[in-house]
Amino acid sequence: MSVELGHAALWLAAAFALLQALVPWLRAPADDPNRWTALGVPAALAQALLSVLAFGTLMHAFAVSDFTVKLVAVNSHTMKPMMYKLAGLWGNHEGSMLLWILVMALSGACVALVESPLGAQFRAKVLSVQGIIALGFYAFLLAASNPFERLSPAPTEGNGLNPLLQDPGLAFHPPMLYAGYVGLSVAFAFAVAALMERKVGPAWAAAVRPWVLAAWGALTCGITLGSWWAYYELGWGGFWFWDPVENASLMPWLAATALLHSVAVLAKRDALRNWTVLLAVIGFSLSMIGTFVVRSGLLTSVHAFAVDPARGAFLLVLLALYIGGALLLYALRASTVAVGEGFSPVSREGALVVNNLLLAAGLGVVFVGSSYPLIIDVIGADKISIGPPYFNATFAPLMVPLVALMAVGPYLGWGAARTDRLAAKLALPALAAAGLALTAFAFWNVRAAFALIGFGLAGWLAVATLGILWGRAPWRTPRATWGMAFAHMGVAITLFGITTAGALTKESLINLRIGQATEVAGYQIQLIDVRPVAGANWTALEGELVVRKGGAELTRLLPQARLYTSPMMDTTEAAIHTRLTGDLYAVLGKPDGSGRWQLHLWWKPFVWWIWAGGLVMAFGGLLAMSGRARARATASEPASGMTLVPAE
Amino acid sequence: MKPKHQRLVLLGLALAAMAGAGALAVSVLGDNATYFYAPSDVFAHAPQPGQAIRLGGLVQSGSVQRLPDGLTLAFRVTDNARDVPVTYTGIVPDLFREGQGVITEGHFDAGGTFVATSVLAKHDEKYMPPEIAGKLHKVQGKVSS
Repeated sequence: MSVELGHAALWLAAAFALLQALVPWLRAPADDPNRWTALGVPAALAQALLSVLAFGTLMHAFAVSDFTVKLVAVNSHTMKPMMYKLAGLWGNHEGSMLLWILVMALSGACVALVESPLGAQFRAKVLSVQGIIALGFYAFLLAASNPFERLSPAPTEGNGLNPLLQDPGLAFHPPMLYAGYVGLSVAFAFAVAALMERKVGPAWAAAVRPWVLAAWGALTCGITLGSWWAYYELGWGGFWFWDPVENASLMPWLAATALLHSVAVLAKRDALRNWTVLLAVIGFSLSMIGTFVVRSGLLTSVHAFAVDPARGAFLLVLLALYIGGALLLYALRASTVAVGEGFSPVSREGALVVNNLLLAAGLGVVFVGSSYPLIIDVIGADKISIGPPYFNATFAPLMVPLVALMAVGPYLGWGAARTDRLAAKLALPALAAAGLALTAFAFWNVRAAFALIGFGLAGWLAVATLGILWGRAPWRTPRATWGMAFAHMGVAITLFGITTAGALTKESLINLRIGQATEVAGYQIQLIDVRPVAGANWTALEGELVVRKGGAELTRLLPQARLYTSPMMDTTEAAIHTRLTGDLYAVLGKPDGSGRWQLHLWWKPFVWWIWAGGLVMAFGGLLAMSGRARARATASEPASGMTLVPAE
Repeated sequence: MKPKHQRLVLLGLALAAMAGAGALAVSVLGDNATYFYAPSDVFAHAPQPGQAIRLGGLVQSGSVQRLPDGLTLAFRVTDNARDVPVTYTGIVPDLFREGQGVITEGHFDAGGTFVATSVLAKHDEKYMPPEIAGKLHKVQGKVSS
């Protein structure tokens, strides 16, 4: 398969995107109103097929190491395992933009294939907005960063991929994240189409809900994978660094989380119309800003590929057009969206409004912290960096009331909620919270107030969430309720992991001779050997550590200091032994010149629960998506009977 | 309450939440914005001992020593004009070597030694932190002019 075929397919796909963008706006003959709009669906499908073809030809070039293609020569190597040859496609600027386009086209095809409850005309408008967004990225790819460029003369060997990216966690991290980012484009397109068609209402909310959930689930997965990768690959055992690039993925996630809750309010109670539409616009805008910030080289990090200012400027203009255009449309049309229903403050929707306010405030402080250094730099005032202390001091306090409320919200009914039995229902969660916090205080010697709050909240949320399901027949419980319960439980699990790993981690930095032993958190660890080993494209020094508890051998840890050959680069491969209650984490350092080896050893209790919780959250999103949410037919009709409250 | 009035109340609440978050952000920013210093900056306007800053530059050739505990490194960070003594206890990142760019986080002790709590790992041999590139360029400009 030749990449020229892929290149041509990409041009054709762009042409179909243009068609998709135009058709709903053409004047149809009076006797056949759907003459043109009906073309949107096949155009979207054709666009998706052609992008798959374009992506496939490039993937083939990577698989067979065709170094006449510049992208392959720069980013691949014949010695790499096949999985990383393929993953190398999106481990670079051009390839990752092609992946973006592919995911965009595939999500367009999904929209085209699903019968829209809002009618074919509306679907054509949604596809049109998606076509317009896609066109910008096609233009960027074809004009400014062609992934199919040939190289002459072709080198006999490629440059290889950054070894840090040569990892299974990272092979799947970008596609997942992109599915989330681009998935939010569907919500964005729905919002813009609804503003144009004046269709903002419960039916719209019910139609957009599965798309929001799908994007949110993928984003959750993508962030979880990225965090897990950072934990085991970067060799210092952290899981979240408040790196600007991480924040760039956290912000759309916060917006999507707020959106999926406000969509529920709009679908059930016909309230928060303008706000929901605005969130849908903001969610994808933040995704694009995230991608732009990562790709532009504005921020330097392991994620930055492009340092070409022309590309940065192109993306900046594209962003300004799309985000500015959508916000302008919003400003013009928001006042024409009829005011929705009011509601009583103590109710499910009241709780969800507070949820949205807190998430938006959290989004705000992350945004300020991420953009402030850039702004200071651009106006030339100084070079500063905003680190974890800022984010911990601002973001974490906002999440405390949010999690506290998460436990209560599901017990409140839609409309005016009964509160007389609330105290009785929340007694058990309160007991669990106090119990866990006291256990931490008394037995685990936790004295930091914030950690104790963390333990309390994790217990509170976990038990309250179980309480939602308690006494319900599993098969008669709506899948939306199951999804909510899983997602909330995932938050409790992640919170427990973060709190425990933060408060109870034990570490030891030590020099050992071969044969010497040390102890970390009750585990005896003995260095028995350091030897050279070799892999496909690396050599390494490997330490062998025997771990014993109470005399019995538990496991052997084999941390490595690797030297990759293509490109030449040192990396640290931490050795991790995962147990139910936590991880033993070992890093081999340098010899000190007198026969001793530096070792950094950690016991990180419950740290893997952080990512397990992330996956549980994403699974909850998937469950909720598969269930059907019924929307109120009109604003005046009473609320539908499908409340998520346990029956009294 | 009529929906329209309720909307105003909600808007007020949203604005209040935003203003509160903004105020929180700004107040915390004041304490936690870590300023970046090159060695020359340290001599131009010295940070307080104990104040958290970032110090960046090149690891001076020939300056890296391992202290007898085997875990602490002492080295000097230079911007080709001035240099500052630094100590760091821990495993240095893979790319730490003499002549390479580093960013360290920490504070000055009373004796004028920079006690680093972290030495930032940079993932690429070719990579030069932009802060350092900018500062080095400036200093070189001064020297040549």
